[in-house]
Amino acid sequence: MIMSLILIWSDLSPMMWFGLKIAQIIAFVLILSVILAFLILMDRKVWAAVQMRRGPNVVGPFGLLQSFADLLKFVFKEIIIPAGSDKSLFILAPLITLVMAFLAWAVVPIAPGWVMSDINVGILYVLAISSLGVYGIIIGGWASNSKYPFMGALRSTAQMISYEVSIGFIILTVVFLAGSMNLSDIVDSQAGGFYNWNMFRFNPFNTYGWWNLLLFPIMFYMSILFFISALAETNRPPFDLPEAESELVAGFMVEYSSTPYLLFMFGEYLNMTLMCAMFTILFLGGWSAPVEIGVQFIPPVIWFMGKCLFMFFMFAMVKAIVPRYRYDQLMRIGWKVFLPVSLMSVVVVSTIVVFVGGAN
Amino acid sequence: MLIAISFYSLAFVSVAAAFMVVASKNPVHSVLYLILTFFSAAGLFILMGAEFLALLIIMVYVGAVAVLFLFVVMMLDVDFVELKQGFLSYLPVGALVAIILLLEMLMVGAAYFAGETKTVVVRDNGVSNLEAFGQVLYTDYAGVFEAAGFVLLVAMIGAIVLTLRKREGVRKQIPSEQIARTKEKGLKMVDIKPGVGIE
Repeated sequence: MIMSLILIWSDLSPMMWFGLKIAQIIAFVLILSVILAFLILMDRKVWAAVQMRRGPNVVGPFGLLQSFADLLKFVFKEIIIPAGSDKSLFILAPLITLVMAFLAWAVVPIAPGWVMSDINVGILYVLAISSLGVYGIIIGGWASNSKYPFMGALRSTAQMISYEVSIGFIILTVVFLAGSMNLSDIVDSQAGGFYNWNMFRFNPFNTYGWWNLLLFPIMFYMSILFFISALAETNRPPFDLPEAESELVAGFMVEYSSTPYLLFMFGEYLNMTLMCAMFTILFLGGWSAPVEIGVQFIPPVIWFMGKCLFMFFMFAMVKAIVPRYRYDQLMRIGWKVFLPVSLMSVVVVSTIVVFVGGAN
Repeated sequence: MLIAISFYSLAFVSVAAAFMVVASKNPVHSVLYLILTFFSAAGLFILMGAEFLALLIIMVYVGAVAVLFLFVVMMLDVDFVELKQGFLSYLPVGALVAIILLLEMLMVGAAYFAGETKTVVVRDNGVSNLEAFGQVLYTDYAGVFEAAGFVLLVAMIGAIVLTLRKREGVRKQIPSEQIARTKEKGLKMVDIKPGVGIE
């Protein structure tokens, strides 16, 4: 089915192909946005449940349409642009955040062959695009022409740059084990059961043999570091210092209102779902089923979405449970703990891959 | 057709942005235009089939270097009226640099038109961009590569040494001690006599 689809696609004229690709992208963006609307609701519901509240429950059955009501409310508010601000950059900043958040999804494989662009250096693309996302924050903070957004933007940028380094090293360990930077290949390398996933690789019958018993604790630890770094990278609690609600109002977003604010928040939640998807792909085997027997009737996309949903649930639980870090402690844990540990793991894993796995 | 359109739009954007780097009055705008220049240059690399190099440019130059640059420009409180007053006195030096650069560019252009036409040979031996880089970088140029890494390490240590200062009498946190704190260390039971207080 998919092969025939590919054949048809290669027969198309370039212009037709271009048009179809555009249609595909628009459809993907719409579907992702609708899913995100419900994920935001889920975030609030989980948060409410932990605090023994009901959460949003007025709009629609069980409050299911709350996000859409919020959307309408945001869109119909007046856009206030501060008098001393840099107007064009002020408007540009939320757009950059949103566009970069969507762009990174272009290489995320959802099921075998279901990927917008299956490029060789997919993981590098995700890293590059997520490093571009910083500009939305820093431009937004600066263009507001106000002290508090500016300080918030500086904090946020410093935090994101710091954790990007350790995230890069953690991803490198996975790339070494998979032997490829293509996200589909990384998922394929973890196929065949949950004991092959990078998070729990204790299957002693693959290429690495009993060395997996050494790889298992390293990779398990790496996955936990990745989760924590992802929290810091997306400015989520307990690392939401740039926009700590109870102390700083909203950090770099202080001066924003109405639709631009909505775009910022939407971009942030999109980045979170992207991190969930990356965790799923890198450590939880992407679309592959946890066991090979008996669950073949479930399509791969369901597994992928289920794992992403679980990771999002973890994000929401962390927000509800863990208290906020102090800024110097955040920097300390990033530079003095995560960076050396992930660097050492890169050395150990690459040594094992070269001398045991027989990578050429 | 699509490739031609992409090339000309990217090339136009990069040249226009490079011009705006010099022309714009606000230094923050200049840096942002510089970032746009880098970004469209990365797009040109992708058109040439060097996707690894393109993404590296985005990650290193746009993602890391430019952010630090932007930090510096934003934090510096430069008075631009004062800066513009010395414009004429710097003109000879600036003009000299500009003329030298122009001559060099002309020479490159002349060599391109005079010599035999060289086209970029795409090595189509099934090796991906990344592998091709690795094979060259860690074999033929391993020494140079490590020397570059060493220079960066020296620069990093130099930056740390320059900014490191040891102050006396600063209350410092030691996380391991904080975690190892027990009830016995932190609590002291005292029997307070009325009207005496604690010393």
